[in-house]
Parts: sequence; structure tokens; C-alpha cells
Amino acid sequence: MQPLLAVDRLTKVYRSGTHDLTVLHEVSLAVLPGETCAIVGPSGSGKTTLLGLAAGLDTATSGSVRLAGEDLGPMDEDSRARIRNRHVGFVFQNFQLLPTLTAMENVLVPLELRGTNPDREAAVRLLKRVGLGERLDHYPIQLSGGEQQRVAIARAFINRPQLLFADEPTGNLDGDTARLIVDMLFELNRDAGTALVLVTHDPELAALCQQVLRLRNGRRVQS
Amino acid sequence: MNLFQALLQPWTWRLAWRDSRSSRRRLFLYSLSISLGIAALVAVGSLGQSLRRAVDEQSKALLGADLVVSSRKPFGEAEEALLQRLGKDRSDEISFASMLSFPAAGGTRLINVRALRGPFPWYGSFEADPPSSVEAFRNGEGLLVEEGVARQFNAQVGDPVKLGEWNTRIVGLLRSVPGDSFAFATLAPRVYMAFDRLDTTQLLGRGSLVRYRSLFRLPEDPVGKQWIEELRDPLKELRLDIDTAEKRREDLGRTASNLNGFLNLVAFIALLLGAVGVASAVQVHVRQRLPQVAVLRCLGAPMAATFAVYLIQAVALGAVGVLTGIALGALVQRAVPAAFASLLPFPIDVRFSFSAAAQAAVAGLVVSSTFALLPLLEVRRVSPLAAIRVAFDPGRAGRDPARWLVIAAIAGAVLTFALLQTREVRHGLGFAAGLATAFLLLAGAARLLVILSRRLVPTWLPFAWRQGLASLHRPQNRTGTLLVSLGLGTFLILSLQLTRASLLQSLSTPPGERRANAILFDVQPDQVEGVGDILQRLNLPLVDGAAIVTMRLSSLKDRPVSEWLTNSTEDVPGWVLRREYRSTWRSNLVDSERLLRGTLSPRIDPGTTPVPVSVESGIAKDLGIDLGDRLTFDVQGVPLDCVVGSIREVEWRQVRPNFFVVFPDGALEAAPSMHILATSISNATESAILQREVVGEFPNVSVIDLTLVLSTVEGVVSKVALAIRFMTLFTIGTGIVVLAGAVVTGRWQRMQEAILLRTLGASQAQIRRILIAEYAGLGILAALTGSLLALGSGWALAHFLFKVPFHIQPSDLFLTLITVPLLTVIVGLAASRGISSHPPLEILRRES
Repeated sequence: MQPLLAVDRLTKVYRSGTHDLTVLHEVSLAVLPGETCAIVGPSGSGKTTLLGLAAGLDTATSGSVRLAGEDLGPMDEDSRARIRNRHVGFVFQNFQLLPTLTAMENVLVPLELRGTNPDREAAVRLLKRVGLGERLDHYPIQLSGGEQQRVAIARAFINRPQLLFADEPTGNLDGDTARLIVDMLFELNRDAGTALVLVTHDPELAALCQQVLRLRNGRRVQS
Repeated sequence: MNLFQALLQPWTWRLAWRDSRSSRRRLFLYSLSISLGIAALVAVGSLGQSLRRAVDEQSKALLGADLVVSSRKPFGEAEEALLQRLGKDRSDEISFASMLSFPAAGGTRLINVRALRGPFPWYGSFEADPPSSVEAFRNGEGLLVEEGVARQFNAQVGDPVKLGEWNTRIVGLLRSVPGDSFAFATLAPRVYMAFDRLDTTQLLGRGSLVRYRSLFRLPEDPVGKQWIEELRDPLKELRLDIDTAEKRREDLGRTASNLNGFLNLVAFIALLLGAVGVASAVQVHVRQRLPQVAVLRCLGAPMAATFAVYLIQAVALGAVGVLTGIALGALVQRAVPAAFASLLPFPIDVRFSFSAAAQAAVAGLVVSSTFALLPLLEVRRVSPLAAIRVAFDPGRAGRDPARWLVIAAIAGAVLTFALLQTREVRHGLGFAAGLATAFLLLAGAARLLVILSRRLVPTWLPFAWRQGLASLHRPQNRTGTLLVSLGLGTFLILSLQLTRASLLQSLSTPPGERRANAILFDVQPDQVEGVGDILQRLNLPLVDGAAIVTMRLSSLKDRPVSEWLTNSTEDVPGWVLRREYRSTWRSNLVDSERLLRGTLSPRIDPGTTPVPVSVESGIAKDLGIDLGDRLTFDVQGVPLDCVVGSIREVEWRQVRPNFFVVFPDGALEAAPSMHILATSISNATESAILQREVVGEFPNVSVIDLTLVLSTVEGVVSKVALAIRFMTLFTIGTGIVVLAGAVVTGRWQRMQEAILLRTLGASQAQIRRILIAEYAGLGILAALTGSLLALGSGWALAHFLFKVPFHIQPSDLFLTLITVPLLTVIVGLAASRGISSHPPLEILRRES
């Protein structure tokens, strides 16, 4: 089976003044369709950088990233944005909802950006599934942290992504809410066949994944 | 600890300095909001001072003499006896309108002939090319012709010209004469000639409208002043008009200070706008600092101390803006003479004025600090609890009663400035009220926009537009500030354009209508038929015509006019008693007249007295007369007793011979008269042919081409408009700075959104479209609101002040509605540069 995400010998060097800082050193990773993968490691180990490069949010110094069969390397930013919009969903630690839009409108944003007719029924279905069927017209400020993250999950799944990137999705939530959110992520992963790549500090969450990638000082270390 | 004690603590100042570290560059940009207003105040103040200085220094050159005595009839024995007492330093001038022919170009032009004897001007000098031509015209060698007229006919020095029957040549080109303003020169181009050659022209016929002037140099004050005082009443009794250098200086000084006051108010509007910008920037700054304030309060900082920290920052922000503004003003004032030169009677050298800078600094600091107090009040209400409660919303804490105090202080500051500038309570209050209305309407429109953008944005709009318009009601939006500043700028500029259009429209003839636009005057009774023949030959209509008899008032309500003039307790203005009345006779009213009271007597038998006359309502009011009151006119030496038989209203704006006093048929036919005829020409060629034909046959007849007058008026209005537009540039500039400042303030938030959208797959073009939608929405509403306000004020100015029909030039409106949104989008995008291209990776960075 072809991997959905193929990261090969990825290196990222930041130039800081006169000296170079290598934050990621020849890291490789392959994620199959429907597979779950956790990226773990201490602070400053390069987790976020790896996630960003894999999702096409930035370009690598060397190495390659293939996402849904396409090589991100030669693409410009707008082309990468198109790939993200078609194949990728995101969930962030800080929820990242647009404050001026209602829960419903926030969920519809990826479809709106694609220029397709927004499928309102699908948005309502997703919001009902994450337990917010009664709060469609609420603004982010009117929702609790857990509720905002549920809206973000609904948004992440609205474009039926093949791959979902989650960056510390439970980092800002209390224990009960965090468990609820994790259950939801994995449930949607199972039901929709979406592959899941998540960055976490939480060993329990990492243990739920089929594949765990450990990073230390920008290098992959064996489990 | 109170605020005063807090301000004495070094800690407060240190913290204010440290706290500003992360935002100094942004704060500097905000401070620039008031700089253009300050620069305008400094430039206008410097202009005012330079103008006052120039008026003082050049007061005598303003008239060219110490005393000018003038009359519409030649000085008789009694007059001469008085004038002899004014010494030997005397020049005499006879001036009248006539036509000057340029044979080479085959053209003629109405000019103002001035036949001069004596060495006038006593102060200042003629400016002419070549300078020797002044001597040449005095020696009777030819004419000194206004440069503009000569240029119009492509005539050079030495070219032949014909004035009346005198075939002569141009000896020089006249640039300026002490005492005349530019408007005078363009309305009636001046041609100087030697007094002794007047007979050669044979132009002075009976009934010609001639002005006789004697121009004196008097001994130094106090003797000169004393002479004037001694002779003032005797001269007035003889109904001679007098003008003195001192009076000119006072008049000009008053005009200068009125102009200065007006320009200062325009500059002040720019400053106020800037202050609104500062206040709104301070609000955003303070809101960002509220968590820090809460922490400081947790750590035990007294409320007064935390308030003092941000008060110091706000005042410092104002001070930086003031200093930048003064520096800018020093540069801008170099451009001032160019913008105002054509309005001033003499060239002036504008020098930087320290007192103007000091006044502007005080105004700037007071206004920006009082405006900034409004958002600063929030600091006083921050609870230490906010440090541990994340979702602390300062807006829910209820209204602070101190707000009203601050609002009262702002109103007080604005009103004080307006009163100081206008020096009249009514005008000052009017300005402040007008400004408050404009601010409130614009702020109201902003609120409406916020509500509409939240509720009524249609779902079928493309996403970029919906998202862009949603930004107008995002938390901490600056929609209100931006709409007020952009809308006010639009309003000011468009009001000006609309007023200008209404004024010009009221003077022009609608196409297709044969309205009188060329007037032939000084037509002698025996020439009426001949001139009529010329009109017929040229196929021009005789639209109107009237006979004119000149006369003066000799008694009013059975008391001699001299008695009215010397009794200063009387309420009748001197000019209506002294003036020369040009009256006519006819048996009916004309289109421009309406009978208000009494009956119009169509005709009387010759010799009937008193003659029932019809008096125009305005002058009747000035003279304090009504139906049945008696008047006596001196009709060129013959007394004629009259009684007010009717009062008429006259619409003076209609271009036709209109009269203060109309006599019935049979009363004046025997008196010496001249005729005035009106026709309608459709183009410049027709006008040139008419002038050439008439002047060729009847050299004493003058032709006024009103289309030329219209273009002159347009020139004057344009020059005034240029000066005002120069001032409104500051308002527009302030609007742009406030806009840029507001965009920069919201930049962080926008960037977060842009990055998020990019992460979710938005292209750069989509992000740009969202930004364009937001600024276009803002610009369109600012343009619409500003235009509506301008339509209201333009109508009010046309209707109440200028009393002309309100005229809308669609192109002005169209241009405004296009330009303002376009400018807003351009500035908005420029200040948002880089937002759409920020790498989306940052969305992860700011979390980790």
C-alpha cells in the first residue's frame, strides 16, 4: 500500500546570525491511509517543526515530503495551500477559531475557501456528532474551551480529509474534556478512515496510536 | 495616593518608559495622527503673523497715498477749496470704462481707463515692463496696458492701439499698481494714460460713468492724521468718498484675521481628527495592557499609580506628535505662499512663527490629552481579579461617571478653540455644533455599519466578502474611528466642490436659453437707433434696454441729506445717502421685479410733483422709508420732489438692468440720460464681432461680455478653492495616517486570522480579497455618509449663505464615491503588506 504521507530524510536548518541551527536532522516517516501516528519528545526536540513541514506549512532545507501522492518540495505556497485544503485537516492546541464567525460558519470555512457550495447539512451533522447541535449560531467567545475544540474538530473533518494533523489537541483542556476530545478524534478516524498524525506530550495518548515517532534534538530516536 | 502624588514618583515614570518598550514604534505611528493637524496650525499661524506684519509694514503702499478723495462728478469750487487745504502733494485721476481696440489682432476689450496727472503712487511703485514705460505714459507717449489683456491679443510693447479717437501705441505692460488687488485687475483690466491726452480720446461724453480721484501725500503723523480729522466732516458733507491708508490697513487687517480664523478652524478639524485617532490608538494600547495592569494591582500598585503610568504614555505620545507636527509645519509653511499668493494683495514672505508653534503645541497637547483620557479611564476600573480570570471583560463593568467629566472637558476644549478663532460667540457655537453634528452622524453611521455587517450581510456573497465585512465588527474593531476620519475628510472636500459648483452654476446661462449676457452701456440717446441697427445686422436679439438718469438724494423725509449725514445718531447708513442713483422710467414691472406694497404709477403729466416713485425693498429699508414718505432727488442740478408710491422686490441675480428707484413715464424724459442695451451672444467670435462693430461706429459705447465676467469669477472661486483644498489636504492626510495607524493596530489580529486561513488552505489572493472587501466596505460607507453630509451642508450653504439654487455636479459626486473607497483600499492594503504572505508555520510556533 502506498503511504499517504511519506517524509524522507527531512532536514531543517535555521540561519541565526552567523551560525546555523539544525532543528531537524534527516528524519523519515511514513503514514499509511487510516493509520494513527504520534510524534513525541521533549520541548525543543523539533516535533512542531516536523508537523509543520509534513503539513506543507513551511519548506525543508533538504529531504522531501510527499502528501497524497504529490511532492510538496517544488510547489509554491498557494499550491501547498490547495493540497492542504483538499486532503488535510488541522486541530490546534489553542483551537484557532475565527472570532467573527459562528460555530457553524467556522466549520464551513474550508469548504468556502475551496469555492464549492458549502454543505450546510454536513456541517450540522458534524456539529451534532460533536455534541454542539444546539449551539450552531454561537460565537467562539460564547463557547467553553472544550466546546471550541469540538468546533475545531468538526471543522477539521468537514472536507473529509485523508489526513488529520493535531498539535497538542488536549494541551489546553481539563482531564475529562481532554478524554472526550481524544475519543472523538479516534472515533472519527475510524469512521472516516482518516489517518491521524498528532504531536503530544501525553504518553497515554501516544500509546493509543499505531505508530510512535520519538524525537530528541531534532533526530529520530528508537522507542 | 492621588494622581498628583503618583506623578511625583520616579517609579511611575520608569515604568511608563519600560512598559512602552515593546510598542514604541507603533506608539510613534499613532502620535503622527495629530502631526498633520499641528503642522497645519503652525503653517496657518505663521501665515497669519507674516500677513499682519506685512500689512503693518506695507500699509501705506496698500493705497499708494495717505488719502484718496473720490467722486462721481467733477470737483466743483467748494470741493476744490477744501482739497487745496490738503497741500501740494497731490495727483489727480479720472477713470472710466471704455473699449480698447487692438487693430493688429482685430479685437476689442472692455477696459478701465485711468488718466493720471501727478507723481502717484506716493508709496510703492508701478510694476511695469519695461520700467521706463511708466515715465513714457506720464509724458503722453502712449498707453500702459494691463499685461493680461495685451497677452490676450498677442500684443507687444510698441504695437498700435486705439482708445476712443486716439490712435496710439502700447508703451509698456502693467503688472501691478499699489492699492489694487488681483480680482480688480481681472474684472476690469487697467490701462493708464496721461491726463493731458484725455481730450484726444473724445471719450468723456454726457452721462458717462466717470470717477474722479485726488490722491494726496500728507505730512507725517500726527499732522497728517489731524488734517484728515479736520476735513473728514466737510468732505462728507460735500458727499465725497474718502479712503485712507489707515482705513485700508484696518480693513485688510480684519480680512486677514478673518481668513486666518477660518483657516485655523480648518486646520483644527485636522487636529481633532488626529486626536480621535490618538484616542482610539490609546484605547487599543490600554486594552492590550489590561492584564498587565491587573498584575500590577495584584502586586500592590495603587490605582492612581497605574493610571499615572498610562497617562504619562498618552501625554508623551501627544508631545511626540506635537514636536513632529511643528517640524513638519516648518517645512509646510514654505509651500503656503504658493497656495495663497493669488489671494493676497501683495507678495508676502512667510516666516516660521515661534508663537504660532507654541499656540499649536498647547492646542495639540490639550486636545490629544483630553481625548486620550476617555480610553484611559478604563485603567482605573481594572480589578486585580482580572489577573487570574482569563475571560475578563472590561466592557461589562458598567459606565464610569468620570466619562461625562471627560466628555465635558473635550467639548470645552473644542468650544474654547472655536471661540478664540471666530471671536464671535454665534459663529464659535455654530462651528462647534456643526462639528459635533458631523461627528455624531458619522459615529452613528459607523454603529449602523457594525450592526448591518453582523446581521445583514447576505449569505450568497462570496466568502471573501462575507469574511471581509465580518471584520468590521470584529472585537476591538476601529470601524468607528475610521469612518469618522474618512467620512469627515470626504464631507469637507465635497462640500467645497458642491458649493463651488452651485456658485458657478448660478452665474452661467443654461444652454439654449437666450438670456442677456452682453451689456452695451454709455449709449447716448441719439445712438440708440444706430446700436440697434448693428444688433439687427449681426442677427443678435435686443433682450432688454433701459434709459438711465443719474441723480443724488438731496433730502429725505423733508430733511436735507447733509443734516442726516452729520447727525451720527441716525440709523441710515452713509452710503445710501451719498451714493449716485442710476434710475430709469417705465410704466410697468419687469420679470425680475415683484410689487410688495402700494401701486405702480404708469405715467404722469410732465411737471407733476411730487412724483410717485417705486423703491426697491432693500434700499427702502436702509433709508428707513415706506409708502407716502417724501424724497427729493438732485437730477444733475435740478431738484425733483418725489413720494414713495410703491415698494418693489428685485431679484438682483438676474442679469438685466435693475434699478433702486423707478420713475413713471413722463417724469425724466427731459433729463440728460444714457442708455443701456442688453443682448445675447452665443460664443466668443460673436462677442468679438459685436465689440468690433460697436466700437468702430460708436467709440464711447462699452460692451461688457458677461461670459468673460463668469470666467473671471470662476478664476477667483478656483483660487479660493485652491487655498481651501490645500488646507483640506491636511484633513485627508490625517485620515490616511489614522487609517494606517488603525490597520497597524489590528495587524497582529489580522495576521493570526490570515495565518489560520492559510493553514486551512486559503490562497494569498483570497486573503487579499478579504482585506479588500473590508477596506472597500469601510471606504464605500465613509464616502456615502460623507457625501450625504456634504449634500446637506452644500444645500444649506447655497440656500442660506450664498442664496443661490443648489446645484449638484454629478461628476463631483461620482468621483468622490470612487476615489474615497479606492484610496481606503490602497492605504489599507499598503499598511497590511506582508500579512497575506506570512508563513503559516507560525500558527504552530505561537502554541508551543
